[in-house]
Amino acid sequence: MAEHRVVIIGSGPAGLTAALYTARANLKPLLIEGLEAGGQLMLTTMVENWPGFRDGIMGPDLMAEMRAQAERFGAEIIQNNVTKVDLSQRPFPISMADGRTLLADAVIIATGASARWLDIGSDRKLSGHGVSTCATCDGYFFRGKPIAVVGGGDSALEEATYLTRFASKVILIHRRDTLRASKIMQDKAFANPKIEFMWDSEIASVNDVEKGEVTGVTVRNVKTGALTEVALDGVFIAIGHTPNTSLFKGQIELDANGYLVTHEGSRTSVPGVFAAGDVQDHVYRQAITAAGSGCMAAIDAERFLEGLPGHVEQTHGSGLTAQA
Amino acid sequence: MASDKVKTFTDSNFGTETSKGVVLVDFWAEWCAPCRRLAPTVDALASDYDGRVTVAKMNVDENPEVPGNFAIRGIPTLLLFKDGQLAETIVGLQSKEDIAAKIERLL
Repeated sequence: MAEHRVVIIGSGPAGLTAALYTARANLKPLLIEGLEAGGQLMLTTMVENWPGFRDGIMGPDLMAEMRAQAERFGAEIIQNNVTKVDLSQRPFPISMADGRTLLADAVIIATGASARWLDIGSDRKLSGHGVSTCATCDGYFFRGKPIAVVGGGDSALEEATYLTRFASKVILIHRRDTLRASKIMQDKAFANPKIEFMWDSEIASVNDVEKGEVTGVTVRNVKTGALTEVALDGVFIAIGHTPNTSLFKGQIELDANGYLVTHEGSRTSVPGVFAAGDVQDHVYRQAITAAGSGCMAAIDAERFLEGLPGHVEQTHGSGLTAQA
Repeated sequence: MASDKVKTFTDSNFGTETSKGVVLVDFWAEWCAPCRRLAPTVDALASDYDGRVTVAKMNVDENPEVPGNFAIRGIPTLLLFKDGQLAETIVGLQSKEDIAAKIERLL
């Protein structure tokens, strides 16, 4: 069984920054990308708040750069998916979808968060047939057609605004009568003549599961209980994310919403296991904060490995401190 | 780049190409980031099942008709056919092992 000093699970900004820093610290990290390689930024278009790019940078381009930079310093990146992790013994055994298992002295969990669904059944059943959680992936299919966006935060308004490029009309369905989104996003959305709002409303069902495509939605007014049928061709769900922690359940401390709990920087409840990015952050959830916490996890992992019995001080010193 | 074991289907040849045997069709587009992520998996499946399963790609920009017929409104989507009959619809990113398991059931 191959043994590694550091294995990083996840390849968004958190995982790739952890890979960059641990590679520069000569820890020869192995990073397992996961199915949604590159993370949530792969599904965005222009990122305008990544410092250093005054004109913005495309999300997938930014991730390609981060990946190449980590590889340049010797990080090994493999396209695979983790199926099982045993955190009860160190080195930690990590099993992958191709049947291989490897061992890690330290693990950095950067598995991120995935889009939440509505939990009404019909939305999942019509996934790929008119229900989507990715406007940049699927907006194209709705040229000249009416669609709905569900949610009231920044990402809902961003998706709604983006989708007006394709759709004839975008109905924003939100369960409250005010938006949680930032002022700048709200102003943009209110000024867009293609966006309509359905307040105090939630989707009771997406129709028509029998037919295998979206023909409309049944909307419930949460104040009056009144049901309305709305004919449309697509539904985009933007109601937030759930952390990808199912692999770790029962083995490590999670909060009530399933997020990994960190303390003293990136440390988890299991010594030698560190967490970075959206998997442990339901507050900030930015690319830059994810990258920052990836750096923290790398430094914490390096210090942890230095403290292990049998550790031999490397003569050329730490890449973290010497080359920072 | 796509492996030479992966065929390219179009609206005009789709019917004849899928009529016999087990056929896996990957619906994709240039602008679709998850599609690019799935591409190496599709290539690997084409090699693994060479001679037993026809693996093909279909660009939804260039071929609107077939995706419309199958109510495809999101990509990547993989359709799996057996002797012309739709057997399986796989939406979004899936691991190679999961897709292979679905293929195995049809062989």
